[in-house]
Amino acid sequence: MASVPRSFLLLSIIPTILILCADFACCNTGRKTGDGLDTDFSGFSVPLEHSFEVDDVSRFRMRGALQLRGGRETSVSLSQSQLSEEDRKTLKEVAAVDGLYKIRVPRVSLTDRQTERQMDGYLTAFVRACSLVESHLSDVITLHTDVSGYLIGVSIVTIPGACRGTEVEDEVDLEAFNTTLTIIAPTNAPQPETALFIERMDIEHEKRGKPQEQKSFFAKYWYLILGGAIFLMASSSAQPSAGGAEEQQS
Amino acid sequence: MAKLTSLFVILLSFFCISEAVFEDQVGKFDWRQQYVGKTLFAHFESNTQSSKKMFVATDKNIFASFNSRTGDLLWRHVDKTGPEGSIDILLLHGQDALMVVGDGRLLRSWDTNIGGLNWEAVLDTGSFQAACFVAIQDTVKLVAVLKKAAISLHYLSNGHQKWVENLPDSDAVQYQAVYSGGEEEVYVLGVVPNSHLTIIAYSLEDGEIIKSVEASWLSSIESSCVVVGQGVLMCVDPATLALYTLPIQAEETPEFSQILLQSLDLEVFPGFQPVLVSSQPHPARSPLSEFFLQLGPDHHVLLQLNADGYTIAPLRDFQPAFLVSFATTGKKTVAAVMTPKNETACAINLFSVDSGRRLLDTTVLFPLEPNGGKPHTLYVHAFLKKDDSVGYRVLVQTQDHALTFIQQPGRVVWTREEALADVVTMEMVDLPLTGTQAELEGEFGKKADGLFPMVLKRLSSQVTLLQAWLAHLWKLFYEARKPRSQVKNEVTIETLSRDEFNLQKMMVMVTASGKVRREGVTASGKVRREGLFGIDSKSGSILWKHYLENVQPNAAFKLIVQRTTAHFPHPPQCTLLIKDKDTGLATLHVFNPIFGRKSHIALPALPRPILQSLLLPVIDQDYAKVLLLVDDQYKVTAFPSTKNVLQQLQEMASSIFFYLIRSDQGNLSGFRLRKDLSTERIWEVVLPTEVQKIVAVKGKRPNEHVHSQGRVMGDRSVLYKYLNPNLLAVVTESTDTHPERAFVGVFLVDGVTGRIIHEAVQRKARGPVHFVHSENWVVYEYWNTKSRRNEFSVLELFEGTELYNSTVFSSLDRPHLPQVLQQTYIFPSPITTMEATLTEKGITSRHLLVGLPSGAILSLPKMFLDPRRPEVVTEHSREENLIPYAPEMPIRTEWFINYNQTVARVKGIYTAPSGLESTCLVVAYGLDIYQTRVYPSKQFDVLKDDYDYVLISSVLFALFFATMISKRLAQVKLLNRAWR
Repeated sequence: MASVPRSFLLLSIIPTILILCADFACCNTGRKTGDGLDTDFSGFSVPLEHSFEVDDVSRFRMRGALQLRGGRETSVSLSQSQLSEEDRKTLKEVAAVDGLYKIRVPRVSLTDRQTERQMDGYLTAFVRACSLVESHLSDVITLHTDVSGYLIGVSIVTIPGACRGTEVEDEVDLEAFNTTLTIIAPTNAPQPETALFIERMDIEHEKRGKPQEQKSFFAKYWYLILGGAIFLMASSSAQPSAGGAEEQQS
Repeated sequence: MAKLTSLFVILLSFFCISEAVFEDQVGKFDWRQQYVGKTLFAHFESNTQSSKKMFVATDKNIFASFNSRTGDLLWRHVDKTGPEGSIDILLLHGQDALMVVGDGRLLRSWDTNIGGLNWEAVLDTGSFQAACFVAIQDTVKLVAVLKKAAISLHYLSNGHQKWVENLPDSDAVQYQAVYSGGEEEVYVLGVVPNSHLTIIAYSLEDGEIIKSVEASWLSSIESSCVVVGQGVLMCVDPATLALYTLPIQAEETPEFSQILLQSLDLEVFPGFQPVLVSSQPHPARSPLSEFFLQLGPDHHVLLQLNADGYTIAPLRDFQPAFLVSFATTGKKTVAAVMTPKNETACAINLFSVDSGRRLLDTTVLFPLEPNGGKPHTLYVHAFLKKDDSVGYRVLVQTQDHALTFIQQPGRVVWTREEALADVVTMEMVDLPLTGTQAELEGEFGKKADGLFPMVLKRLSSQVTLLQAWLAHLWKLFYEARKPRSQVKNEVTIETLSRDEFNLQKMMVMVTASGKVRREGVTASGKVRREGLFGIDSKSGSILWKHYLENVQPNAAFKLIVQRTTAHFPHPPQCTLLIKDKDTGLATLHVFNPIFGRKSHIALPALPRPILQSLLLPVIDQDYAKVLLLVDDQYKVTAFPSTKNVLQQLQEMASSIFFYLIRSDQGNLSGFRLRKDLSTERIWEVVLPTEVQKIVAVKGKRPNEHVHSQGRVMGDRSVLYKYLNPNLLAVVTESTDTHPERAFVGVFLVDGVTGRIIHEAVQRKARGPVHFVHSENWVVYEYWNTKSRRNEFSVLELFEGTELYNSTVFSSLDRPHLPQVLQQTYIFPSPITTMEATLTEKGITSRHLLVGLPSGAILSLPKMFLDPRRPEVVTEHSREENLIPYAPEMPIRTEWFINYNQTVARVKGIYTAPSGLESTCLVVAYGLDIYQTRVYPSKQFDVLKDDYDYVLISSVLFALFFATMISKRLAQVKLLNRAWR
């Protein structure tokens, strides 16, 4: 994302980031400006709100709109506006007193939109305001869903995540968010891998067991038997002569 | 399959980790205590002085026999838990013990000598009401069992049913009692509350006669009527304050005759329901005509029904008297009465039933412990002595479920703390240092005040050390001359001190029992009795106990060690948080875990329900860790709340985060502390309850150390572990229980930021889920609904080959998600509980301790639960010592750490580190308590018991002298050569 020229980013009033589920290919940039809003009518949009106050009392304001689309390919995109002059000032002040920057999204279901059952309540997450400022508003927002497609949690982190106390001089750095957005569904935990294990055992069996079973006793040890037989024959033929020699001597 | 298993065995033999107990080690480092629970019925064997057996049936569905001389278990039968195995009644006759089990489901007869089952008969359905023996011509041959709608007679010899009769009009009439006085008839008594009494007489050869008696005042036979004398029903009515008598066997329609209590000069304690106590010494004869009437909590009267069956004569008034009981031996029947003597003891006396006179020399003292429970029930074993006088022994059951057996003249033979059959939670606390060690420690603890005083102090402490050492030597010398058997190492509270390797600890156990049973519907039965016990981990002896009264029946407990013994001279401090589950209101009990004494510290007022408690690493000036209690308005109370603590809290407020879980709403939320001790909600995760419900949440143990930051792989690179101390493992179960759609969810959530680190779903699975969360791994066990088997799954988290920030871990600054590896195995047994071993520094490899339903405790090496076990063996995996993947997890009998000492109904396993890195202390509790030590990596830091010091030192000395001599010889030789 950093590779995008800043002037270009500035020109795009609404940077839209579209990321497919579990696929970190970000189709970022202003080339798609406006597209996101026009084409995704099959999905729906929920507000993404944020709050940063010096006195730490939450007052949520609109940050942008999340375009959610359920179904087989769950996807999400975000359209958000720039921070105003006043907001930038407040954010810097909050960062100075080590305040928090909070975001929230309403609880929704991605799958059953027909019932339109709006659940009350929000999902909230936070990040330290100073780290947001120091990372020049580069944040990673992750939405988590459960098995049936309900949003269950949201998280926000900044990259880098640390607060080192570096001054952010350039007001320009704090104008637009550089957001990476992902939506994560639960992974399926593995089952015991019996089939593979048995297969492997069979292969090992074949390797080890088969050649031994096929060969008969004689086939396997013919050279020993032969050797033994020759030895016996040789010794039996040699013995009488040796014995005879001894007898003769005595 | 056979091929698979045989191969498996061959494979396993390569990774042989031999780890078994040698025969001579049995009982050396381990002990087991077996319990039976709260006694419901108790009987003594026979009425001779030499009899040793007694039988109890308990609320834990156990039928057991004790040796009454020692209190040891002779045998024990553990039945199913829950109502299916509950014991309704225990009747004893001669060698047979009759038992009705499972609300009238089964009738069992046991041989009392060996505890074997004679026979078992399945009874018809219907809830159990009463049972009694029935005699024919002076010999007891039958047993009658009364159910809600039927009565059946069974032969004692084989359990066969003689006959069964349906009771008439059983919808309206509540049949509650059955009576047989040795005649040819069995009487069933039923009542229509506040209307009339029904008496049905069945002749033993099957016939019935029904009588109905007007009794508008009677509501329950069970609670207000007994049979006395020649078949006279005696009832007490608290409303009219009168006794009613009714001859059951009368030919014509009988009538109740009323005797006002006032006419007997008796007065009922206001608000007290009078209770009648009678006795039928032998089932073939009618009950005694004497009976007790309890008029108040500590007021009993012995009354006698005169021969005419209408008039009553008072024999003796007992006030104060807590408990009364009848006991019969031969022809003599006596009454035992317990009266309070003073603050510390109660006196028990025998009285002749016929006259009400006190028998001489029968006083027995029962010691009352200041922190123990009050006496609850009295069981008397009377016998005839050689001179034909009555002797007795008495078993007293106290409110804290302890059984005390007392012999004349007042000697406590044994005590069994049956509350320990129901341990809820426990902690292990280090023992204090000895006086001299403490002296040294104290020297370092104090502030330095000049060079000279310091030198003096050092000298004086050295002198005391020398003194102690000399005294120790003297003691050794003195005891060496005595025979070995006389030297006893009695453990008392005074001699408690830490041993060299901190292997001996104090076990603080919280017990709770007080299930409201069908029988126990008295007011006192509803209050949960809770006890605190301090047990020496080396010998298992109970060093102190504390009985807490008036704890709500469904309270939850949390035991917190606020200050360990390390801060001499401040005493260690434990806090028990008792929380009522309904109201959420909490109380604190602060005590010294070594002596069990309650601390007199000002407790904070907790007017609001408590949601969460957390122990901070912040310590006050007295080295006590600070306990934060969060109430339902998210306000925080600190304990202790000194100025110092509040100041520290204010400074640290912005870095104190905590989480709350509302499993009923599926809500997990995080909070941050503000400077004014209010809180702000900073994150929220909601798991919709329509889909799944949270079953359990576990963090990591705060005293856990991880020695190694990573794992060295085959190619010599390091795979770093993701060691997040704030990580929570949240386990959910689906609300849909269909086998195809059921699932178990495992969420790893950061407790500070609320970030979901990992989210996995185990399909076609259901609980109960047992799991352990430690280091960088989570192991969980569940039931696979598709394959119908138990499975183990292990999740391990790794940061990767590079650490993000190697110096310090902060949840706020860890942007990258860890790599998660997972593997699943088949486990061939269901499990009841699971815990991981814990050692001092975390160098020793870890084992999982798995409690099996069979009572065995399996020590399963974590090595077998490693998601990096390779499918195909490679050079690298061999280098790493990874076991090739096999879907089946083995259970090998040498891994049973409790060899044949099975722990019945294991409920929990507690592990604690010892001073030796190789050794982990383990306590398994359930019905029994078992303590042992485990060595997951064997005893690498300990010399063996049979290490031959003499041989080694003699070899050393011999070598030394050999060198000396050869050196000398060499010198001589050199000198000689020089002269040549």
